[in-house]
Amino acid sequence: MGLPLMINNDDNNNNKVELSRVAVSDTHGEDSPYFAGWKAYDENPYDESHNPSGVIQMGLAENQVSFDLLESYLEKKNPEGSLWESKGSCGFRENALFQDYHGLKTFRQAMASFMEKIRGGKARFDPDRIVLTAGATAANELLTFILANPNDALLVPTPYYPGFDRDLRWRTGVRIVPIHCDSSNHFQITPEALETAYETARDANIRVRGVLITNPSNPLGATVQKKALEDLLDFCVRKNIHLVSDEIYSGSVFHASEFTSVAEIVENIDDVSVKERVHIVYSLSKDLGLPGFRVGTIYSYNDNVVRTARRMSSFTLVSSQTQHMLASMLSDEEFTEKYIRINRERLRRRYETIVEGLKKEGIECLKGNAGLFCWMNLGFLLNTNTKEGELELWDVILKELKLNISPGSSCHCSEFGWFRVCFANMSEKTLKIALKRIHEFMDRRRKVLNC
Amino acid sequence: MRLIVPLQGVVQGRGGLFVGSLIPCCLFYFLQLYLKRRRSPPPPDSDSTELPRTSSRSSLFTRGNSIGRVRVSSRAAPLAKPPDSPYYIGLERVKTDPYDRVTNRDGIIQLGLAESTLCFDLLQRWMSDNLMESLMIQSDVDGGFDVSSIAMYQPFEGLLEVRVAFADFMSRIMGGNVSFDPSNMVITAGGTPAVEVLAFCLADHGNAFLIPSPYYPGFDRDIKFRTGIELIPVHCRSSDNFTVTVSALEQSLSQARKRGSKVSGILFSNPSNPVGNILSRETLHAILSFAQEKNIHVISDEIFAGSVYGDKEFVSMAEVAASGDFDKSRVHIIYGLSKDLSLPGFRTGVIYSFHEDVVSAAKKLMRFCSMPVPVQRILISLLSDTRFIEEYMAAHRQRIRDKHFLFVEGLKQLGIPCAESGGGLYCWVDMSSLLTSYSEKGELELFEKLLSVAKINATPGTACYCIEPGWFRCCFTALADEDIPVIMERIKLLAESSTS
Repeated sequence: MGLPLMINNDDNNNNKVELSRVAVSDTHGEDSPYFAGWKAYDENPYDESHNPSGVIQMGLAENQVSFDLLESYLEKKNPEGSLWESKGSCGFRENALFQDYHGLKTFRQAMASFMEKIRGGKARFDPDRIVLTAGATAANELLTFILANPNDALLVPTPYYPGFDRDLRWRTGVRIVPIHCDSSNHFQITPEALETAYETARDANIRVRGVLITNPSNPLGATVQKKALEDLLDFCVRKNIHLVSDEIYSGSVFHASEFTSVAEIVENIDDVSVKERVHIVYSLSKDLGLPGFRVGTIYSYNDNVVRTARRMSSFTLVSSQTQHMLASMLSDEEFTEKYIRINRERLRRRYETIVEGLKKEGIECLKGNAGLFCWMNLGFLLNTNTKEGELELWDVILKELKLNISPGSSCHCSEFGWFRVCFANMSEKTLKIALKRIHEFMDRRRKVLNC
Repeated sequence: MRLIVPLQGVVQGRGGLFVGSLIPCCLFYFLQLYLKRRRSPPPPDSDSTELPRTSSRSSLFTRGNSIGRVRVSSRAAPLAKPPDSPYYIGLERVKTDPYDRVTNRDGIIQLGLAESTLCFDLLQRWMSDNLMESLMIQSDVDGGFDVSSIAMYQPFEGLLEVRVAFADFMSRIMGGNVSFDPSNMVITAGGTPAVEVLAFCLADHGNAFLIPSPYYPGFDRDIKFRTGIELIPVHCRSSDNFTVTVSALEQSLSQARKRGSKVSGILFSNPSNPVGNILSRETLHAILSFAQEKNIHVISDEIFAGSVYGDKEFVSMAEVAASGDFDKSRVHIIYGLSKDLSLPGFRTGVIYSFHEDVVSAAKKLMRFCSMPVPVQRILISLLSDTRFIEEYMAAHRQRIRDKHFLFVEGLKQLGIPCAESGGGLYCWVDMSSLLTSYSEKGELELFEKLLSVAKINATPGTACYCIEPGWFRCCFTALADEDIPVIMERIKLLAESSTS
């Protein structure tokens, strides 16, 4: 007769139509504390005037510090809306019809030039190697589909961005094997840690396809050292695996000279078999503060990957309107130079404000030099040096201080008590209020401990 | 290759044993090579990490001594090859020599892309009057432009206002007797991701959808590539004007079950693509009853719903589902503005589902393909301009109707009939009289002759899994009236040269 059709995933209701494993799985991870804090924020969001005692969102890495620069550029260069409108060779007609997965050449050239500028001209980017995707989230997932089969693994250094559990694994069926890093060397990746992770995967019969790093790191807020990058590339060559460098925060490094992109390392290599395992992910969501535009890119030194990624990008194209709007902005040398410089400066100042404010309360942070957040150590406040202890503290901070910060355990940190605290998605005034709440909490605690 | 290691160590280390070790070493090497060739290809990189020359030089390792070429996943490999469907081949050929009525009158005329440019004048006017306003939203605080209204993170499934705007728009263009709830809707960056995301939610790798054929060739890519879901064509015949029947569905389903395939749902387009017919309320009812009986999903791709020009009324599956006789949670609709509003470049897609868990999963998947906020703002403004939309949709339908008439009439003069159609941007043409042999081979030969001799790109039925040879999809909504006689002349010449 054949196989029965009704293999239900709901025992109680035999009439319900079945959904896929992807639909019912919880790999999206939205039940973890990282996202639970967001729900608390949604229910009681802080507002300077209307809700000053609400939850301050310090769990979202969004860059609002340079909005004024964007606004003044858009208003100045945009008399009567001309920037938004199609002009010259790219009339409205072309804009409305254009859905070529190659992407607008002018836009790719603008992206390449912007990426070069961020790296101080230390690496060149070929616009024909740029594949556009609707955000870096899509870029990371797409690369994972291309580089790995279901049940293969990517090695990812801990602590890492909690979203990777979802982005790299959910639809792809690929696994993450952590490369454990710890505070003894500021969480830098070591060759020993790489080997250990690789062996762990091998012992479990899992095929490793590549290493994925974020540089500058999320959640550490620190750049990866040049030597570590070179060692990493050597490791990938030896194991014949890929290297993906998510450089989404590259424009948010406080001092440009402190950032080494993997592109710089590859720049001086001629051997194709080395170069072609390297892929860079970038986006305008963090550096340019435009997450709403959904612009991401895969830059690959591998022709096959570029070709495949391009075709697969049909599932995640950047709208022609967006490409058109941003092409002129990103090719405007004067604007981009000024924006990058001022943005870095403002982020550095914010970072110093928060780190110094925390230091006054006896709270140390990892020495950071990039990004929209700091990596704070509250280990000394834990009741027990365990994940539960950390989540208890996180809950207190959320409920009593009304601050939503991200616990290290959701980033798979091997040490407890670390928290990621975002500082760029709010005004300076709000940041000071957050610091004040921390001060009051620490004050109360000191009084309790002293009596 | 593991056995080589000890021998090679001996060879390297001890000169005296060199000769005595060399011969067995070589024999081993060749034996290994022979065995390796006889085995099926090993997993891409598992062998390379075992090669001894690597481990013996690990301390000297520098760039330039790499092992071998790094590979991509096996699921990506098919994508690296050039596409082999005539659908894509035809599209590529046009790019090499595109027709232009002024600068390249001998170029290849594109009839393979379902796009409409018939109402661009109206859209252009709207955009130039309204685009800036819809984007440059004023700040409450100082009245200057507030970039945060378009720059910041917003829910990936789309702002409530854009979902409300789409719900309203869809209801109006689908006859006004169906309403859409914005909270059952997710907005995405195109019809392509809409179909893929829905497929990911409804079926597992290796499961299958039944799909009435002929069907849109793009579904092969959109559905199968990354999900691994199979598409099982349910053949429809010209005698039924290519309308699917329940008996055909039954037959396909039972054949699938005998093969051990698990069918998760039925996917179809309405108005259908490539035929262009509109499914009647009765047919929709029958499909839904069948799905209910077999406990499977129904996905109705209604992306051409607003491009209806015939006398037959369009009815959405959502309307039939809401009629109360069915378990609605198995019904899902795909929509987008690429066809009805001629905005494929904007990347607009809608997933509408009556199943709250599907909506919930689809929402989360939107992070991989969400619609940019500035585009949402433009669409909120555009779709809520009811007066413009009414004017536009009326002109859109009328102009397709007029063009359709001219095109079909032109073919009729040549003795070439078309299937009956009432929707879509194309017609389904019976060119079997031009075939040298009534077969797939004959059809593909004609396709090639059309491309290289007549210089016309029309999509052959084979690319659409049509079981009867000789049918071609011709899209006519990007043509000017004066292009039509040119096309007919070329076809006439081709027909005459075939018979002479």
